[in-house]
Amino acid sequence: MDWQGQKIAEQLMQIMLVVFAIGAFLTGYIMGSFQLMLFIYAGGVVLTTLIIIPNWPFFNRNHQKWLEPSEAEKYPKPQVTGLISKKKTHKK
Amino acid sequence: MHSFGYRANALLTFSFTILALMCAIASLTDNFNSPSPTANVQILNVNRFQKKSTGDDEVAITIDISADLQSLFTWNTKQVFVFLAAEYSTPKNSLNQVSLWDGIIPAKEDAKFSIKTKNKYRFIDQGSNLRGRDFNMTLHWHVMPKTGKMFADKLVLPGFRLPESYR
Repeated sequence: MDWQGQKIAEQLMQIMLVVFAIGAFLTGYIMGSFQLMLFIYAGGVVLTTLIIIPNWPFFNRNHQKWLEPSEAEKYPKPQVTGLISKKKTHKK
Repeated sequence: MHSFGYRANALLTFSFTILALMCAIASLTDNFNSPSPTANVQILNVNRFQKKSTGDDEVAITIDISADLQSLFTWNTKQVFVFLAAEYSTPKNSLNQVSLWDGIIPAKEDAKFSIKTKNKYRFIDQGSNLRGRDFNMTLHWHVMPKTGKMFADKLVLPGFRLPESYR
């Protein structure tokens, strides 16, 4: 999954679970059945699992363009040395 | 969210946290229930009333218990435990509570009942104070929820009296 897909997956998971929880609670309360609430919520959890855990194609729309290797060689990483001068030089 | 395991973990944790919240709110809805139970107890017969060899009085009675506890049930009720206690005071103890009968009501339909029964548990005093004793029959109940807080309450039925002499 690319970065955009991961963000979509997380938001989708949160929204789906909260919506199913509210729906399950209200339905169970109105119908007077605790078991019904649990069934609807469990169904919602299973549905959310099927949608966000596998690596579906719509999570991979924004493919990350990494630099070509030849392009990267033209701009080598700067070497960090251990010596840092602490003297302040004032030049007028 | 970069791997299956990561997403599965996030989903499971979040879904269980939400489930815990749902159960807590379901328990809170029990507070909106204002029950109106009724009950009536009659002593049909005093079968035996003797002083045991230990010096304590014992009474065996047949009682008629009828009650309507249907309003105690909510969507979050698993069962109602109900018991009948004889309550009286003696010079030795300011309050005596002797459980005579109990039962478990599993569903709302069974909560309206009328039974005739001998006392399930023995009615034995601590001492010899039961002759001519006035006492209350108190019906206690515990509403056991599917999740959350258990509510307990009682209904006091006064005006019962044991015989003046042994039989």
